Amino acid sequence: MSKATLERGINALKEQIDAPTAAFFSSCVHCGLCAQACLFYTETCDPAKTPIHKLEPMRRLWEQEYTLGGRIRKWLGLAKPVTDGELARWSELVYQNCTLCGRCSMVCPVGNDITYMIRKMREGLSAAGHAPDGLIGATTRAVKLGSPMGVTLKALKAQAKHVKEDSGLDIPFDVEGAEYMVLLSSMEVINYPEYLQAIARIFDQTGKTWTISSQAFEATNSGIQIGTSDIAAELVQRVVDAAEKLKVQTVISPECGHAYTAIRWEGPNLIGRPFTFKVQHILEVLDELREQGLLRVEGVEDSRLTFHDPCQLVRRGGVIDPPRNLIKMVVDDFVEMKDHGKMNWCCGAGGGVSAIEEAAEIRLKAFNRKKKQLAKLKVDGLVTACANCRIQIEEGLEENDMDMPVIGLTEMLANHLVEEDTGGGTSS
Amino acid sequence: MNIEAVLQWIRGPGLSLSLGIFIFGILLKLLEIFLLGRRKNLAAVRSSGVAAGFRTIFSRSLPPEGNILRRPPFVFIFGYAFHIGLFVVILFLAPHIQVAQSLLGLSWPSLPTPVVDVFAVIALIALMALLWYRLTSPLMKYLTTAQDYLVWALTFIPLLSGYMAYHHLLLPYTWLLAIHIASVELLLVLFPFTKLTHAFTLFISRWYTGMMAGQKGVQS
Repeated sequence: MSKATLERGINALKEQIDAPTAAFFSSCVHCGLCAQACLFYTETCDPAKTPIHKLEPMRRLWEQEYTLGGRIRKWLGLAKPVTDGELARWSELVYQNCTLCGRCSMVCPVGNDITYMIRKMREGLSAAGHAPDGLIGATTRAVKLGSPMGVTLKALKAQAKHVKEDSGLDIPFDVEGAEYMVLLSSMEVINYPEYLQAIARIFDQTGKTWTISSQAFEATNSGIQIGTSDIAAELVQRVVDAAEKLKVQTVISPECGHAYTAIRWEGPNLIGRPFTFKVQHILEVLDELREQGLLRVEGVEDSRLTFHDPCQLVRRGGVIDPPRNLIKMVVDDFVEMKDHGKMNWCCGAGGGVSAIEEAAEIRLKAFNRKKKQLAKLKVDGLVTACANCRIQIEEGLEENDMDMPVIGLTEMLANHLVEEDTGGGTSS
Repeated sequence: MNIEAVLQWIRGPGLSLSLGIFIFGILLKLLEIFLLGRRKNLAAVRSSGVAAGFRTIFSRSLPPEGNILRRPPFVFIFGYAFHIGLFVVILFLAPHIQVAQSLLGLSWPSLPTPVVDVFAVIALIALMALLWYRLTSPLMKYLTTAQDYLVWALTFIPLLSGYMAYHHLLLPYTWLLAIHIASVELLLVLFPFTKLTHAFTLFISRWYTGMMAGQKGVQS
């Protein structure tokens, strides 16, 4: 990365401004409805956190550069230029007070995709040197070590060994021609290794071939969270190279929200060409296996459960029905939160917020929205499909003295696999 | 210069000039948007997004999914009341249709004037309510700019002067008619250079948002 300056920031922002951006800024009537859709506003009532306001410097730049009226005002010296100090001030709103959850984009009456623009705004802020330290650190580790949390191949291999001991199943590394290539998030390797074992057991039962690439096993992409497209592209390219080298048919994005957006929707656009393989979220894969009758489960959970939709899977990713189809296989007493599916409320820590130390307070405040939703339901536990949501919800529940298990969906399904079919047979 | 001459100028050259600026401004606005272009989506899409885009153009005119009362109903109620009132007055008042006929050669049935009158009152009350909300809500005060007030006045004055002209209130009819038409012309002139453009650009915004979400398999 060359040195971050205001000039680079402005240029990066200018590069981001496209026809949709111009249409969106031209359409905003300052009605304030996006604020009511944003948990950072609803939980603080701070008007500065209104989604569209988070874009004010970018809006002015658009007006001054790409509209006749704005250009004339600039020429007459009547336009207020975007300054470095202003961008620095906006950093907090754009990184700490937005999870890119996309809820505002669903309610805007003129139809503005505000989240689409916040993603763009981050490109400008990061080029201007105003990205938060936590995200810079995560991004640097992702580039240098291959993982934003510094999880190395060695650590993953150690987890693979545990899986072997527990279940008798081998974790296949670098198998050429496998049907599926599995990606993992660092958070899963460190905090939720159950996921890896669940995958191994499910693929064993369903008889599918799969592999993990030792070159590229990390699914998360700090580049898109911080808003540096060339780094995001580099991280995507690693996965693409690995998938093409191993000639796999499908790359599986793990239980992580933004990792899915990164590889599934942004990936080909970042590297500038369509993929030669398919990308699916693990829940899409499992739902397909269910449809084909390959995923066979027995028994049901005896508790009342709900599902927390990771924003990047539902609203920003289109994976809406698969989790519900899968949950209903093993849960009798399943209840939805009032706002669920594409209108869910964010956990409060997505879009890189969890990587920013200074955001610790605000993200727990934002969690109050989820807390209120859960309190209304009277459930015994919560199922989700994103390690980042999961850790935020666990922390939020702890903070609020709410005792409730948070379960990964893949893991829950694996616990119900028809026993005699699992190869290892020693799992609990 | 008497008022008759002023009215004549307003109805003749004034109208042509303001309509000319309006049309030029809107075309410029559309060019400013579309010339920026947009990168082709290279991801494997779930659908073309065309149907979803058209659905969003329509669906964003409806309240968001089932929870109108949990959002501030104020903006919704008066927002709808104002827009519906305004459209009825503009499109279905007999004299307005006559203007359209002389300009475009198009004509359509009008509504009885007392009916249109009710809608004019609804629109006026709704506009005042929305202004009050802007002036008092902490959120709205924070978001509101000088242009928001300007645009409010640009919309309010034609409605009010038209209403007053019809009811022969306060000023002589000719004066009120002159003020009414002149204020509409001012609205037309400033329209393309203010947020009033949303009347056109919202269709573009909804299209892009609906189409992009549709490609991912989400109806936005």
